[in-house]
Amino acid sequence: MNLGLAALVGILFSVGTYLLLQRTLTRIVIGIALLGHAANLLLLVAGGRAGRPPLITNEPGPAFVDPLPQALALTAIVIAFGAIALLLTLAWRSFVLHGEDEVEDDLEDRRIGRLADGARE
Amino acid sequence: MLLALLGLHAVLAAAAPAVSRRLGRGVFAVCAVAPAATVAYALARAPAAFDGAPASETVAWAGRLGLDLQLRLDAFAVLMVLLVSGIGVLIFAYCAWYFGPRPDLGRFAATLLAFAGSMLGVVLADNVLVLYVFWELTTVTSYLLIGFDHEKGSARAAALQGLLVTAAGGLVMLAGLVVLGEAAGTYTLSAMLADPPAGGAATAGALLALGGAFTKSAQVPFHFWLAGAMAAPTPVSAYLHSATMVKAGVYLVARLAPAFALLGGWRELVVGVGVATMLLGGWRALRQHDLKLLLAYGTVSQLGFMMILLGAGVPEATRAGAVLLLAHGAFKAALFMVVGIVDHQAGTRDLRRLSGLGRRMPATFWVAVVAAASMAGLPPLFGFVAKEAAFEAYLHGGIGPIGPIALGGMALGSVLTFAYSARFVWGAFADKPDVARAGHDGAGAHAPPAAFLAPAALLAVVTVAIGVLPSFAAGLVNAAAAALDPAVEPGTLALWHGFNLALWLSALVIVAGVALFARRREVEHLQARLPSMVDAAQAYHGLVKGLNRGADRVTGLVQNGSLPVYLGTILLTVVALPLPALLSGGLPTPDGVIAESLLQLAVIGGVAVAAIGTVLARRRFAAVLFLGGVGYGVAILFVVQGAPDLALTQLLVETLSLVVFVLVLRHLPENFEVHHWRLGQAFRRAVAGLVGVFVFVFVLAAGQARTSPPVSEAYLAQALPEAGGRNVVNVILVDFRGFDTLGEITVLAVAALGIAGLVRARRRERGDEEPA
Repeated sequence: MNLGLAALVGILFSVGTYLLLQRTLTRIVIGIALLGHAANLLLLVAGGRAGRPPLITNEPGPAFVDPLPQALALTAIVIAFGAIALLLTLAWRSFVLHGEDEVEDDLEDRRIGRLADGARE
Repeated sequence: MLLALLGLHAVLAAAAPAVSRRLGRGVFAVCAVAPAATVAYALARAPAAFDGAPASETVAWAGRLGLDLQLRLDAFAVLMVLLVSGIGVLIFAYCAWYFGPRPDLGRFAATLLAFAGSMLGVVLADNVLVLYVFWELTTVTSYLLIGFDHEKGSARAAALQGLLVTAAGGLVMLAGLVVLGEAAGTYTLSAMLADPPAGGAATAGALLALGGAFTKSAQVPFHFWLAGAMAAPTPVSAYLHSATMVKAGVYLVARLAPAFALLGGWRELVVGVGVATMLLGGWRALRQHDLKLLLAYGTVSQLGFMMILLGAGVPEATRAGAVLLLAHGAFKAALFMVVGIVDHQAGTRDLRRLSGLGRRMPATFWVAVVAAASMAGLPPLFGFVAKEAAFEAYLHGGIGPIGPIALGGMALGSVLTFAYSARFVWGAFADKPDVARAGHDGAGAHAPPAAFLAPAALLAVVTVAIGVLPSFAAGLVNAAAAALDPAVEPGTLALWHGFNLALWLSALVIVAGVALFARRREVEHLQARLPSMVDAAQAYHGLVKGLNRGADRVTGLVQNGSLPVYLGTILLTVVALPLPALLSGGLPTPDGVIAESLLQLAVIGGVAVAAIGTVLARRRFAAVLFLGGVGYGVAILFVVQGAPDLALTQLLVETLSLVVFVLVLRHLPENFEVHHWRLGQAFRRAVAGLVGVFVFVFVLAAGQARTSPPVSEAYLAQALPEAGGRNVVNVILVDFRGFDTLGEITVLAVAALGIAGLVRARRRERGDEEPA
C-alpha cells in the first residue's frame, strides 16, 4: 500500500467535493475533473504497489503490475473527458442564455416549501 | 365456473357504458344478469356444499409466493353469495326506477357491477392474498360509488374518507394475513383454518387482521366513515349497508373467529368493540333527522351486533350470527330502498319536513313497517328469530365474564334499535300536526310505481315468510354455521320457543324501547346537551390535516431547490452509510510505504498543492491552470506506478481538456462571482472533509480486502498466446473486454452529439436574427 498516494486520493476527493458543492458551473466542472483524477488514482492504488509495466517481453524480470485497474482507468479517463466537454458546453450555453453560469435555486421548489407555513389554508 | 362468474361481472362492467348508450336505463337489466347467474349457480351448488363438498377452483398464479387464484364455495360462502348477488339483483332492478335518464348511468352501472363482483370475490376467495386483492377492489370501487356525484365537494370528501380509513385498515390486515400465512405455512384460507397456527405470531397476525375487519365494518372508532358514505346515491347505500362492503369485515371475522377466538385478547377485543359499536350506533341514530343518516347509524349498531355474535367464536352465537346476517341484509336493503322512494317522491328525507306520507303511499308504508319491525325484533318476523337466537346463545353462559357483557350490550342495544326503528317509521310516514302546519304536508308526494317498490316489497315478503316459517332458512343457516365452525350443532329455527328467558328478555326490550321512543324529544335534547364523547370524525380530520401539513414541511425541507444541498445530502449518505460498515472490523492498519521514491513524494506534494490552488484561485483561468497541473502531475504518477499507457492517454486528454476549457472560458467573465457565504461555507467544508477522510479509509481498507487471486493473472497469461498482443492493457481494452470499450465509445458519441446540438442551437439563433 502506498500511503502517500492514498492520502493524495483523499485530498483530491475532498477538494473535488468542495468544488462540486459550489454554485458556479465552472467550479463545479473543475470539481468533477478533480474527482475523475482521484477515482483513476484510487483504482491504481487499490491495484497494488508500483511494478513493471504490463508489457510482455521475452526477458525475465520482476512481477508485472495488475493491468486490469489500468484498463479500467483508461476507459474512465476518456469518459471523464467526454463528460467534462459536455458540461463545459452547458456552462457556456447557460452563460449565453442568462449572462452567468450560476446554478440558481429552483423557485418552484421554494414555493412548495412555503406551503407548509400556512399557504394551504 | 366460479372464475367465469367473476369474469362475467368484469366483462359486463366493462361493456356497461357502451350498453347504456344504446339502451339507457336498460343497462341495469343487462348488468343484473351477472348477479342473477351467480345466484342460480350458488343455488344449484348449494346441496353439495351443504353436504360438505364445496365447489373449488384453483388457477396457478405465483405459487412460490403462496399466491394462487383459489376460489371456494362452501356453505357459508353460499349464504354470503345469496346475500351479495341476491340483493344485488334487486338493487339493479331498483336502480332502473330510481334514476331518471342521465348521461352517466353507464359509468354508474359499470362501477356498481364491478363493486358487486369484487364483493363476490371476497366471499369466494380461498387464498388470503386473493381475498386481500378483492377486499381492496371493494375499497376502490366503493370510493368511486360514494363519490359518484363528483361535482359535489362533500361527496368527494366522504369518498376519500372512506377510502383512507378502509384502505389503511386493509394494509394492517394485509400485514396480519401475511403473518398468519407464514405462521400456518399456507396462504390457503381453508387449510389455514382447518389447522390453525398458534403462538405469538399467530396471535399478532389475527389481531392485525381485525384492523381491516373493524375499519371495513365501521366499528368504533372507525364508524364515522359509514355515516359520511351516505353521500352516495341511495341504491349504493342500500347495497353497501345491507349486503356488501360493511359485511366484508363481518365476513372475515366470522371466518377467522372459530380458529382464533381463544388466542390472547381476540374474544375480549371483538366483543368489547362490538358492544361499544352497537350502543354508540343506536344512540346516535336516535338524534338524526335525515332518515338516511338514521339508518346509517342503525347499520353501525347492527354491525356491532353481528361482531358480538360472529366474532366470539362461540358455536351457538355463530349460528345466531348467520341468521342475523340474512335478516339484516333483507330488512336493511328494504329500508334504504324505502328512503330512496320517499326522497324520490317527496323531495326530501328530512323527518322534520315529512308528514302524512303513510296515507299517501300506503304500500310503501307497510313495506317500511315490516322491515323496521324486523329490525326492531318484533315477532313474527325474521329479525325476531335472529334476536331470539342471539339471546339464547349468550344466555347459556359458559364463556366467562365476557358473556354477561355481551348479553347486556345486546339487550341495551336492542332497546335502542327498537327506539330508532320506531323513530324511522314515525319520522317517514306519521301525521305530524306541527310539520303539516309548517306547510310540509307531503301533498306533492304520490305513491311510487309498483315496479319501483317491488324489490323492497319482495324483501319484506321474505322477511315475513322466514319469520313465520323459519325452517325455510334453517338448512342454509345450519350448514353455513357448520362450515364456519364444525362444532356448531344443527338446530331448528323457531318463532316460538315457549316462555323461556330469551322471550322475557325480548319482551323487556320491547317495553323499554317503547318507553324510549315515547320520550324521543327528551332523548334528542339530552343528546344535544351532552358533549359528543367519541368524536372520531374530528380526529380523522385533524389527522389528515396534520398529514398534509407534515408532508408540506418534509417536502419543503428535503426539496428546497438548492443543488448544493441535494448533492451534500447524497454525499453525506455515501459517507454515513458505508463508513460504519468499513470501521466495524476495526480501523484498517496502514501498512506500506509513504511513497515509492522521493520523486513520487515530490509529485504527490505538487499535485496536492495544485488541487488546493483550484479552490483558492479567484480567476477562472488560474483555476483551470491549476487543474491542468493536477492532470499532468497525475500523468507522472501513472508513469511511476508502471502505467505508461495511462500516462500517455492522460497527457493527451489533459491537453485536449485545457483546449476545451480555454475555448469556453474566453466567453466567460474573468473572475468567479464573489459570494459572502455564511452557514453554507461551513457545511461545504464539513462535507468535503468527511468525504476525503472516508475515501482515505476506504483506500486503506480496499488495499487489504483481497480474498482471491486477481483475474488479471489470466489476462497476463493469455495475452500473447490468445490475443497475440504484448501490451496487456491494450489487449484487455480491445479484446478481452472489448464491449467495455464499445460502451466507452458510445458515451463519447452521445456526448459529442450533445455538444454539437448545443453549439448548433446557438448558430440557428444567430441565423434567425438575420433577415431572410
